[in-house]
Amino acid sequence: MPITTVDAAAKRGVAAVQQYSLLSARAIVDFFRPPFYGADIITQADLIGIGSLPIVILTGFFTGGVLALQSASTLAQFGAAAITGQLVSFSMIKELGPVLTSLMVSGRNASGMASELGSMMVTEQIDAMRALGTDPVKKLVMPRIVATIIMLFFLTIISDLVGIMGGAFVAVIMLGQDANQYFHTVYQSLQYPDILQGLVKPLFFGFIIATIGCYYGMSTRGGTQGVGRSTTQAVVVSSVLIIAMDFVISRFMIGIFGR
Amino acid sequence: MTAGTALATDIPESQAHPDAPAIRFEDVSIGFEGKDVLDHISFEVKRGETRILLGPAGVGKSVLLKLADGLFRPDSGRIFVFGFEVSAMPEDELFRLRESIGMVFQESALFDSLTVRDNVGYRLIQERVPDDEIDRRVSEALNFVELGHTMAKLPSELSGGMRRRVAIARAIITKPELILYDSPTGGLDPITSTTIIDLVIKQRDVSKTSSLLVTHRLQDAFMLATHRFNTDTGEVVTLPENQIDPSTSFLVLHQGKLVFDGPTHDLVNSNDDFLKQYLA
Repeated sequence: MPITTVDAAAKRGVAAVQQYSLLSARAIVDFFRPPFYGADIITQADLIGIGSLPIVILTGFFTGGVLALQSASTLAQFGAAAITGQLVSFSMIKELGPVLTSLMVSGRNASGMASELGSMMVTEQIDAMRALGTDPVKKLVMPRIVATIIMLFFLTIISDLVGIMGGAFVAVIMLGQDANQYFHTVYQSLQYPDILQGLVKPLFFGFIIATIGCYYGMSTRGGTQGVGRSTTQAVVVSSVLIIAMDFVISRFMIGIFGR
Repeated sequence: MTAGTALATDIPESQAHPDAPAIRFEDVSIGFEGKDVLDHISFEVKRGETRILLGPAGVGKSVLLKLADGLFRPDSGRIFVFGFEVSAMPEDELFRLRESIGMVFQESALFDSLTVRDNVGYRLIQERVPDDEIDRRVSEALNFVELGHTMAKLPSELSGGMRRRVAIARAIITKPELILYDSPTGGLDPITSTTIIDLVIKQRDVSKTSSLLVTHRLQDAFMLATHRFNTDTGEVVTLPENQIDPSTSFLVLHQGKLVFDGPTHDLVNSNDDFLKQYLA
């Protein structure tokens, strides 16, 4: 690859990070400046939160179920099938609940934001909004970020609960374990740092999903083909960032709390 | 020329510098991805004047219009609107200045999820004007473009010409001092184009609004120069032979440069090879 191509690609990459950072910073500042678009936040919360509920419930339930199924057979080899509930709750609350919920919400909503804002970009609706005296970052980006962070937090809690119930379904109904024992081990060894870790993650992941979705939407160029490209990139980049951020937060929390 | 930095809050921005022209470009250049689009452009639109910007497709006419509305920033040069330097104003101040500017976009740029009523009254809704006041003013603007019956429709239910008329209604609802028309007849059939140009003439002659109109259709441009709105009959009529509208003049862009800036008579009698070929 010629040096000039590498140079141009590097500059584009740096410029993209700069634009993304500026958009995110402006959206955060806009949250504290009037006018406050409360109705838009509620509309987005409905679209993102309530709209994602079915896929989050289904994903959570089957993830909890398959965790119980896989771990019970392995644990049984060591005579430890009784702690299936503990393994399910640990995995769901600390890792799989936040990460899988975020990935599902990312697939559904980062793509939705990128395509919606991207379509508005290529049809000059964003320019029209600016020409009509409305700040599109404040009107379109800020409500999506706030709504995604809040709703992903609650969706993760729901996913955790449904996942534990899915694990219970498999452990009790299919594998014949004792229900009291399952639920006892679910909460027995959980400590506050574990729950804190599971609840901090969706706040960061929600921010990533909304800002990446909005960034790719707002930087869409090149007609309908550009909208498609932005949509794909938004899902890919937000998914990768969620997993990378999960590693960073986990390492950070383990460093602080030792677990 | 005043480079306004703080906009007055009690008087319209358009009246803060009453002696300043509606638009003034000073040596403005802009390029995209290493390619020069506009190269050292300078011109002026006086108050109450209509200037028609002609040029081949892709020459940068829409870019120039967006520069005038502060939607793009020039790479060099200065742009003044009503005496305020839009090329140096922060976005927050631009939002307030744009209350005095109406813009009609090339493809209408109506918000496709909002009704015609909400599109036309968008600015009023954002300003939290009472609903009955919004309804009254939206109705007035839609009646001006003869689309009073479309309030509850969505843009997708309208024809291309109707969408363009709704975009005009949206641009004029706040009675702006300056209107920027980006190819208002682009992609429309000749009859619908005439209807749109009639509306532009009506707006020019009734409200005496300053305007900058981009087009590549010569027939539309010359219709603007040779017709006027008769307020008695409510119709657009042809001016007597050899008369042209004195407030309407032309700008022509070619290869990023302004190759003509002057009245209709000078344009049609120009000896410039490109202009002769373009007008032929």
